[in-house]
Amino acid sequence: MSPILFWLFSILMLGFGVLVVLHRNPVASALSLVVSFLGLAVLFVSLDAYFIGVIQVLVYAGAVMVLFLFIIMLLDLKAEERRSWNPIALVGGVFVTLGFAALLIKVLHRFPDADKPFPPIAGSLSQMDDVHHVGLTLFTNYNLPFQVIGVLVLVATIGIVVLSKKELK
Amino acid sequence: MGVTLNDYLLVSGLLFTIGFGGVLLRRNIIIIFMCLELMLNAANLSLVAFSRFNLGTDGLPNYNGQILVFFIITVAAAEVAVGLAIIVALYRARQTTHVEDINSLKF
Repeated sequence: MSPILFWLFSILMLGFGVLVVLHRNPVASALSLVVSFLGLAVLFVSLDAYFIGVIQVLVYAGAVMVLFLFIIMLLDLKAEERRSWNPIALVGGVFVTLGFAALLIKVLHRFPDADKPFPPIAGSLSQMDDVHHVGLTLFTNYNLPFQVIGVLVLVATIGIVVLSKKELK
Repeated sequence: MGVTLNDYLLVSGLLFTIGFGGVLLRRNIIIIFMCLELMLNAANLSLVAFSRFNLGTDGLPNYNGQILVFFIITVAAAEVAVGLAIIVALYRARQTTHVEDINSLKF
């Protein structure tokens, strides 16, 4: 992927990520998060992970964000009124966040493989090949975890039904 | 000058930082939940970048990393569903999504 496209979509993703945090209206935050996820899906495709890119769009930007918007509408959330900030919490939060970012840049700076470009893939990897390889790995080496994930999803479904009942007993 | 692994890790780390800052600074529980999703996705980006960087012996990307991302996305989807159900139950009990109004363990 050309550097221009990479930085374009990175900045798109990070910019809308910042908007998620800054927007006062939860609906605007959720829609910004959709755009951020779409930018992330483009980055996945740029790393030749076509399958992950597609399920990022379908599951995250699609299903998960629809669920978020549905809950926001269900609860009828309005834009937050301006509340007085606790100055200690504000300073502490900004300080910890910036400190984390500074530490991260310092660590990445010392990373030994920092300036190596990505090695080329042997042959050519088409979209179908990628899905084929992911599926093969998933259903051979990772068959047991895959079944366990199925049980997890079932448990989550039952849990939601129990949580959503009118009277919690 | 192509795109290096470090560029992807930097973007991933910055995305994580944005989510982290959102969790610390925002007071609306739904926004906090969205920021958690941002942090999960930042981890996914790192995993996919490493999977593409460390090619396997057959010269293809290391698919173990992508399988982990697949599992993270599945677990995150289940987590979002359960979390939002808890938020709805909380809203029924307290009529608020503001974390500073939810400060007692029992009610």
